Order: sequence, then C-alpha cells, then structure tokens
Amino acid sequence: MDTINLTIDHKPVVVKKGTTILEAASGIGIDIPTLCHMKLEDLNIENKPGGCRICVVEVNGRRNLAPACCTEANDGMEVNTHSMRVINARRTVMELILSDHPFDCLVCAKSGNCDLQDMAHRLGIREIHYKGEQSTYREDTSPAIIREVDKCIMCRRCETMCNEVQTVGVLSAINRGFQSVVSPAFEMNLDHSVCTYCGQCVAVCPTGALTEVDETGKVIRALSDPTKTVIVQTAPAVRAALGEEFGMEAGTLVTGKLVAALKRLGFDYVFDTDFAADLTIMEEGTELLTRLQKHLDGDKDVKLPILTSCCPAWVKFFEHQFPEMKDIPSTARSPQQMFGAIAKTYLADKLGVKREDLVVVSIMPCVAKKYECGRDEFKTNDNPDVDYAITTRELGALIKLSSIDFKALPNEDFDHPLGESSGAGVIFGTTGGVIEAAVRTAYEVHTQKELPRLDFDELRGMEGIREATIDFNGLPIKIGIAHGLGNARKLLEDIQAGKSEFHAIEIMSCPGGCIGGGGQPYHHGNADVLKKRQMALYTEDRNKTIRKSHENPYIVKLYEEFLGKPMSEKAHHLLHTEYFDRT
Amino acid sequence: MGKIKSLADLRKMKEEVQTKIKLRETSNHPEQVVQVKVGMATCGIASGAKETMKFFIEELEQEAIDAVVTQTGCMGYCYAEPTVEVTLPKKDPVVFGHVDKEKVHEIINSYIKRGELIDGIIPVNFKTIDD
Amino acid sequence: MTDYKMHLLICGGTGCKASESDEIKNRLNQFIEKHGLEDDVQVVMTGCFGFCEKGPIVKVLPDNTFYVQVKPSDAEEIIKEHVVKGRPVPRLLYTDPKSEKHVSDSKGMDFYKKQIRVALRNCGFINPENIDECIARDGYQALGKCLTEMTPEEAIKEVKDSGLRGRGGGGFPTGLKWEITRNVENDQKYVVCNADEGDPGAFMDRSILEGDPHSVIEAMAICGYCIGADTGLVYIRAEYPLAIQRLKVAIRQAEEYGLLGEDILGTGFNFRIELRYGAGAFVCGEETALIHSMEGLRGEPTFKPPFPSVSGYMGKPTNVNNVETLANIPVIINKGAAWFSSIGTEKSKGTKVFALAGKINNVGLIEVPMGTTLREVIYDIGGGIKDGKEFKAVQTGGPSGGCLTKEHLDIPIDYDNLLAVGSMMGSGGMIVMDEDDCMVSIAKFYLDFTLEESCGKCTPCRVGNKRLYEILDKITQGKGEAEDIERLKELSFVIKDTALCGLGQTSPNPVLSTISNFENEYLAHVVDGKCPAGQCKSLLRYDILEEMCTGCTLCFRNCPVGAITGERRQPHYIDQSLCIKCGVCYEKCKFNAVILT
Repeated sequence: MDTINLTIDHKPVVVKKGTTILEAASGIGIDIPTLCHMKLEDLNIENKPGGCRICVVEVNGRRNLAPACCTEANDGMEVNTHSMRVINARRTVMELILSDHPFDCLVCAKSGNCDLQDMAHRLGIREIHYKGEQSTYREDTSPAIIREVDKCIMCRRCETMCNEVQTVGVLSAINRGFQSVVSPAFEMNLDHSVCTYCGQCVAVCPTGALTEVDETGKVIRALSDPTKTVIVQTAPAVRAALGEEFGMEAGTLVTGKLVAALKRLGFDYVFDTDFAADLTIMEEGTELLTRLQKHLDGDKDVKLPILTSCCPAWVKFFEHQFPEMKDIPSTARSPQQMFGAIAKTYLADKLGVKREDLVVVSIMPCVAKKYECGRDEFKTNDNPDVDYAITTRELGALIKLSSIDFKALPNEDFDHPLGESSGAGVIFGTTGGVIEAAVRTAYEVHTQKELPRLDFDELRGMEGIREATIDFNGLPIKIGIAHGLGNARKLLEDIQAGKSEFHAIEIMSCPGGCIGGGGQPYHHGNADVLKKRQMALYTEDRNKTIRKSHENPYIVKLYEEFLGKPMSEKAHHLLHTEYFDRT
Repeated sequence: MGKIKSLADLRKMKEEVQTKIKLRETSNHPEQVVQVKVGMATCGIASGAKETMKFFIEELEQEAIDAVVTQTGCMGYCYAEPTVEVTLPKKDPVVFGHVDKEKVHEIINSYIKRGELIDGIIPVNFKTIDD
Repeated sequence: MTDYKMHLLICGGTGCKASESDEIKNRLNQFIEKHGLEDDVQVVMTGCFGFCEKGPIVKVLPDNTFYVQVKPSDAEEIIKEHVVKGRPVPRLLYTDPKSEKHVSDSKGMDFYKKQIRVALRNCGFINPENIDECIARDGYQALGKCLTEMTPEEAIKEVKDSGLRGRGGGGFPTGLKWEITRNVENDQKYVVCNADEGDPGAFMDRSILEGDPHSVIEAMAICGYCIGADTGLVYIRAEYPLAIQRLKVAIRQAEEYGLLGEDILGTGFNFRIELRYGAGAFVCGEETALIHSMEGLRGEPTFKPPFPSVSGYMGKPTNVNNVETLANIPVIINKGAAWFSSIGTEKSKGTKVFALAGKINNVGLIEVPMGTTLREVIYDIGGGIKDGKEFKAVQTGGPSGGCLTKEHLDIPIDYDNLLAVGSMMGSGGMIVMDEDDCMVSIAKFYLDFTLEESCGKCTPCRVGNKRLYEILDKITQGKGEAEDIERLKELSFVIKDTALCGLGQTSPNPVLSTISNFENEYLAHVVDGKCPAGQCKSLLRYDILEEMCTGCTLCFRNCPVGAITGERRQPHYIDQSLCIKCGVCYEKCKFNAVILT
C-alpha cells in the first residue's frame, strides 16, 4: 500500500507511505513547532536526530508521545498535535532547554534572529521552574568562527553540516549526559582542527552557540579614522541577500541600495568584488587554456582537471584532506584577494595613498573570507591586502546601527576603476557561476569566435554534483560542478582513483554556492531562500550589457596600464598563490 | 580432533566424550580419584580462586592423591567465593565456600583423605534441567 | 578414611545462626558424647540451605532426613531417636502445606529447591575452556538438530511456542523477533549478541559467557540458521576480559570442530562469529545505540522504527538478543517448547536469572522459574536480610526499574506483574534494601547513575534527569520544599512521556516508585527536616546533653572543624553552623553525652 490514511487534529489526511507526521501535518496547514529538525529540500540535507523533543505529538494508542519529525504516519493513526498533554510536555521540555542556557539575550549576537528565542516566545515561556546547574565551557575563538558552547542545545544541526554535508568531521557530540556538547574532538579549539571555516555550522545554528567573529567594531574604527582611506568591495552574493536583513523578500536584488548604504556609512570608495571576479576569469581561464593546450599537445605531466580556487574553505579543505593534490587547483587567488592586491598597488598608486593608509574592507557572504584575508601569503610587510572581511549579516547590523533607512535608499552606482563588472562576475555568487563565466571567456579566447549563446542552462541548478560537456568548436570540454564539500570529496576521490574525465571542475564549499554562504542572512532551514537568491543573480547577469569578463573595459585597461597580460610575471606575483600541506 | 561432519558424528562424539570424562573420573583407581572443580569466573578469581586452584594442585600432588583439578564457571554463591566442588569417588559432589589456603588444607586432610565433612559446606539449592 | 556412619548438617547461614544454630550444634555434640558416638557421628555447620523461612535446618546424612525449625531443646530427641534408634522425629519434619503430610524426602529434598538452572545449566559444571565437556552435556546437539532435522520455520516456531521473551529487559517475544528478521528480504543479515551488561549489580551475562560460552555460540548459530544470517557479532564490554578470553577460546574450538565456519555438520550452512568491543556505556545496551557503537559511531540511540530487524548493523536486517536469552535457546530446541513453557507463568515462560545484591545474606546469582515470589527469592534463596535487619525495599530492573516494598513480597515475579506495580524485570538485578536505607537517597543514587550514563542526545534525559537529581539532592540536604515532591512527579511524567529511548523513558521510575511507596519518607525530609533512615547527613543533628557532659574535652579535641567549644570540666557545646556531621564526637564521647537527632 502506497498511501496512508490518518487523521491529524480530527482532520483526515492522505499521504504517501514514508511521510512523517510533521510533513503530513504541514501539508494541511498544521504547524508543529520544531527546534532541532532542519530540512533543506532539494539540497538533500536533513537533520533529524529526534533529540530536542519539542515536536512531540500525541498518537492515539501509544504509551508515550511521538516526535513528529521522525515518526512515520501509519494507516489509521489518530494524531493530536496540540492537546494539553502535548503542550504541557512541550513547554516543560522548552523550560528544561532554557534551564541550561545562558540568559545572555541582551548581548547575544543571535538575539532577534534566534530560533530558540522564537520558540520560547511561541510556547509562552515566562518562568523556568526547573533551575539548576548550567553548563559552562571555554569560549573558542578562531579567525572566523566563535563557539560559545554554553549556548549549545545539542540540536546537532552543525554536526550534520560538518559531517554529512561537508565531510569535514570537526564537530561532533562529545561527552555524555548533562556534559554532552558538540565540539571538536578532545575539546580542541577550532583553529587546531581541520575546520575549513565554511561557516555552514554558523548558518544553521539555532542559537548563538556558533557565530562569526564580529569585526564591525574594527570597521567602525577605520571609518572614523581621518588618516585612513577606507574602501570597500562587495561580493556578488551579497546583493541578492542583504535585503532580507531589512524584511525584503528573498531574492530581491539590492545592488544600488547596497552601494548607497555603503557610501552613507562613509566608505571613501565603493567597489565591486565582481570586478575582481572578472579578473579571476582572465587569470584562471588563461590557466585552464594553457593546461588544456599542453594536454592537447601530448604533455603527460600537465594536471587536469583544473579546479577552481575562489573559495577559501575549499582551499583549506584540500590543504588538509588532499594535500597530495595541491598542484591541481588553479593558482589564481580568490576575487577577494585579487581585489585586495590590486587595490593596495594599482589603486593606491592611482589615489596617491600609502599602502598603510589604505584600508580595504570586504563585504562577504562568507565567514571563511575572514580567515582567508589573514593568511600570511596575502600580506606585504605584515599589512594585509584585505584588512577586514565582514559578512552580509554584519553589514546589515552596521546599516541598522547607523539608522539608515535601507529600503528608502536610492540606487547608486559603484565607483571606478574597480567597480565595473560583467554579468560573468555577478554569477560567481552561485554554484555553477564561476565555471559558466570561465566558459564564456575561455571559449572565445580559444576559438577566437563569438559565443552563439551566453546562458548555459546545463551548468545551472541545485544538484549537488553536475556535469556537462561544452563544445569548444569541435573540442568537447567536460565540466564538473560540485557544491558542498562532501560532493567535492566525491569528485576528488575520482581524480585520485584516476577515474575523472573532467577538464575543469568548479567547487564551492557551501550548498548553493556563495548565495548559501555562512555569512548570509539566516535561511532558517528554508531552501527556497537559496533558490530565490540564485535566480536574482542570473537576473542581474541577464540585465548587464557586458556579460563576458574579457569584455569588461576596466579589466582591459588594468592589463594595459598595469599587469600586461594574464599570467604575466606581475599578474603571477599579485594574482596567484601557492597552497600548503596542512596535515 | 578433526571436524565433526554430521549430526550423527556429533552424537557419537557426545557418547565418546561422556565415556572419556567418566573414564577420567574413574581412571585406574576408581576408589581413589578425586575430582575438584574450582569456580573460576571473575567473581571467584577476584576472591583468590587462582591461588586456591594452584594450591589445590600443589597440595594434592604433594600428598600423592590421585585427583583431577579443573576450572569451571560461576556456581552462583558469590557471597562465599572462592567456591570449590569436591567429588569423592561414588559420592555426591560437595561444595565448599570461602576456600582459602587454610581451607584447602582442611578439605584435603579431613574430607578428601578421611571423608569427614567440615564446616562451610554450601548445600546445593537448585534443580538442574536433568532433574 | 574415618568411618563416620552419620553426618548431621546444621545450617550455619546468617538467618539460622540468629536462631541459635550454634547452640543446637553444641547440644547435638553434647548428646553425641553422652551416647559415646563421637567416632560414628559428626556434626557439621554448613552454609545457607536457602530455606530460611523454616530454619534452623538440620539435615541428617546419609538418609537425607530434613528437620526444620529445630530448637536447641530438640537436640536430645534427634540424637536419642534418630541417631541411636534410627527413627526420624516426625514433629520436626517439614509439613507439605498442600498435603499436610510430613515430608522426609530422602531423594534430595527437592521441595526446598526453589531454583531451576536452565540458562545457568552448565555454569559451575563444566570447564568452559573445554568444548568436550560442553558436548558431553548436549552442547551443539540443538544446532545439529536444527540444521539436520528442522526447517528454519520449524525452529522459529519452537522458539515462538516456548514463550521465551527477551531477558535483557524489554521482554519482547524472541521467536517473533526472529520471524520478523527472517521475513525481511536481504542478501546480508546479522545476528548480534548483546553482551553489554550494564545494570548496577547485574552480572548474569558475564557469568554465562565465562562459564558456558558454547551455549551462546550455539544459540547464535541457530538464530543465524533461522533468520538467514551467516555472520554473528558479539558486542561485549571490554571490561569483561575473562569473558572475552573464554569466548575467543570457545569460538576457536568450535571452529576446529567445524561447529562454526563453512558447511557446518555437512549441511551447507555457514556461520562465523566475531567480537566487537564496547566501552561499557550503559546506553549501548539499547539495541540501536549498540549498533551505532559497533559501526564506529557515537553510541546513542536513534528513533525506532526502523527496528534493527529491518535496518540494523550497516543498514542490514539484524537480530539482537541478549546473552541470557540466547543461553535458553539450545535447551528449548533439545527439550522442546512444551517442556520450556511448562515452567513459569501464563505470559512469562521459563526461568529468570537474578543477581542478588545489597543487604541480603546470600549475595549471588540465582535462577528461578518465572512466578517465584520476591519473598521466596529474598528469604528462601537469598537467606534473608543481613544482620537480622528489617526488609525495606527491593529494586528490580536496575536504574530503569522501581522499588518494591513489603506489600509486594508475595507477587509472583514475571514481566507483567512487575510492570503492573511500577517496576520492571530489566536484566535481573535485584538490590535489597533494609531499614537503614533512605529511599530518597536510593532514588538519587539511581538518578546519578542515569545521569552518568545518559548519552545526552534528547533534552528530557540530558537536562530533565539532571534537574530531577538536583531536586533530590536538595531534599537530601535538607533544603527541600513541600512542592518539590509535586515538581519531581510532574517532571518525571514529562520525561517518561518525551524521552527518546528506553533509558530516558524509564529513568524516573526509581523516583516515582519511591515517592509512591515511601511518600512519608519524602515528607519527613521536606516537612520535618528529618531522614528517618538516618542516612542523609545534612539532616542529622548532634547535640551535647549538658547534664551528661563531664567536660572531659575529648570531643573538643577530636572535632575536625573546631565546632565544639567549652571549658574543661564544664559542659561543651556544638556550633551547628560549623558542624559537618562527621559523628566523631558521638563516637568518642565516653559518657553518652552526645546525642543524635
């Protein structure tokens, strides 16, 4: 029998076999509260430990209450989702959770955006009847992520992301009983672990246990220092999500308002990481074509496929997990770092500002970018190419702090020379975008012909691993795409086993790519949010007059005035990098 | 001993080992072979059963008493470990509790040599599946 | 050999000793001497006969006459009549309550043998490291019978008909479990033996593995044949080194004999057994947690369904049975379901092994038919309460069970009866408490255990039990309030209602059962500030009686915290705010001037 008939709150429901009570209830508009449960539809991500016990419901004939999130509907089942027995149990369980949670809401990074706080409110908790010892743990600060473990409620969402989705395996439950907590092994600090700082743990944490390192204070100080010239770059995915921080519909493009807000915050110049994304395509695309040509010429030593290298979490991932393959990824720096390197040389010269007096801030959908800009190889005389990387969320907070009415802002334009970008740079923010951008340029450079079409639908979508073959005028180029490090691992293992037939692979650590980054507004488990952000970027791309990186006039000018040509010695020095074995 | 190839073989083997064990128990001097089983589960060993067993073997050897000393599992009398079951020829087994070195002496000198019961016998208070 | 013609065995168990068995021995010897029988008759003091209800016992050998409730004054008659004239003394014989006849059962006096050893049949009989001794006692005959003469369906039917239920605690019908696993189609299935014994005080599984490992191996192979599995895994705690060693020896010997491995007994059936070690986490006795632990994952339960029978070890159908359950299987096959189900009660067949512990004389391992009463277990087999104290309660079912009281002593023990009175069978730990045990402290003790052993996955168990413990701790410290009892109950009910696995769902049982059976004791703590059993130190108060104190300063000099003040030859005083209730003053005072209230 494939269909199940049951009643939920006296309403008859027909569902497919295998449907949970939670899903069945949601299908008829009954909202059963959940806390630990999280399901990202289409991304194949689900956290369902059945641990918090908030979603318990009464099932007729059953001795105890059943967790709706992991109890399958059965034929003839009679479910009561909000009986007084259920409500009493739910409230008691909530009180128990709160009895072991710090009451730091006033100063907590998560306040106002906290699933736990919302749930306490929804369940009408006004008093904690069961007071007692509270867990205390050492706070763990890393370059990108702060763990305030006292606030962990053992929902295990981060564990699912870190282990099942990312296969990084840093966070897992340790200790037993009341001492149980999610932590790196032996309660080590994150920066002693193989953590990639992808931030997916932060993205799903329902409380303030995992947050990004907040650097808005430093940015404020830089902006208030009259001796500094403070410039800002904004990553592609930011414009598709920032609006959510101000109650706008997911997927609303706010590029112009974003620029306007940054100008009002006092940045001297507002630039675009998309410009650097175009630059990345010039370098990475050239590298791809060079390796490809050598391969076609019969060079057996050339490494193919080439792997993208714009994602800092992905870079750290292979440095830890696949160090023997560190010569396979492109040596091109990420757009953030290319921007920083160009800003502190080319731009600083143009502006006549000394390197030390130029502060480069980046607005990123990412927490790993905080770590990336601190890497030693991206510093000159201890002065980093990018000084501070703050997340989309931190920018949202900064705008609110400055009492800027974001929704009412006019649309303004980026400054020049580092503010112009092509549509190719824009789609860097979504899975498949980097490789699509690379194809647009590589095709034309390789074939010396104009592309017949610009939208490569075969490279788009949300499937964890995608592949496509693009015809480069008779030369079939095989392309692989993976988002989520677990998916990346599969492709890497294929390469290791000599089974990979790809010429180029794009890898993004976060599910969905940067639009689903660890620094983006919280999606609260709603995968639709990611899809809408993705659509927004493709829309912005379509609306651009220039949609190919090599056609960006400011890029052309940069090579003419400063870099020479892609992969020139200067370009190599400023725009490429090396990788390290971190095992 | 090789592999047992069938149920019939297994049944035959059962007969054989039963006879063998019986033979061992009766041996050449059926009236003299004494069987001693020492309870050697964790509880027994923790209470000194290894020492007791060693001492039994040594003492019986010294006294030139024809005896078989073997280990067995827990007899259930944890309050009286180490426990030892002594079977004199043609007699019912007798279980002794709290068998330390001194008690070994006493068992050998009084019960095994002379058939005198001594204090500290544990009456067997269960039925077996064969009863 | 000395030619004693007769032995008089007198019970030297604690219970009988209290009833003057020493004096009886003296008197018997006195009259033996008087009749000049020293060389013919020997009086021997024995351990407990386990019939304490009718003690003191005197047993006469060789005729096995069994005298009950013997008094010192009976000694003369026993010697004169029985020993000298060879005529048993009828009035001292046991009277069968049914037939009202005197019993002088010379065939072994089975009427007082309340135990039947089925699962423990070979423990203490055979050398566990010698497979021949096991084979001599029917070892592997049941496997041979199944493989050669029975279809898997027939063997499963035999197990089903026997009425055997899981001995690890749950009491799920074993045959049904096998049938379910058999009916799931898969190319690979597993038999898992759960040897992660963890109830405080319970050690029957260890004893079976140490004393009779072949029975478990044989049963696993039978199970494999029945469900269609060729691999068995024993999940055993690494803290059981001897059991592990004996299992390894037994597996090797069985392999050498071809009783494990390929083509067993020429039937084409293959079965191998591997060991998997646990770290002794209590929760890993829960089958889903056990399976995760075997897979190398954190040992924590997951929601059922899916049951292991459908998706277990490595996602394959897996039948998990406890050691004692398995040890019963060969007997059921050999002697038949009808024989097995003739033992026990209507819904609980066969026997159950219990580990007696606590304030009981005969601490140890016993095996009784289902339906035996607690009274029989505690008094007739366990030899009663230590030091002649008063029985107060018995905890069955370990930390998941409940405390039973005097009222429950005559309830026949089986799965359903224990559940009905708020406890459970559990794995068979039985901890006896006497008048000195404070029931609030007992509940706290079990909660402490659960706290340690909770995996921490679900909120009610992780935080709820902690809060229960804290309230209990507060009460034992004398800081409890009347509403704490209500709060304990309310929280307990929610924990039972919402916890993820059996451990959490049952963890409040000791709290609820002690409240329901000993509410007055809780009230004494929170209302009167007293611990009736005198166990809660914080509720004790030491005072010095002015009129008794001679001012000797002994208490003053011995008090470790300087809580006592007073001049020499003047009455001393205890500063209650400093006193840590160590009791040193009470012990040291030679004039009984220190009192405890």
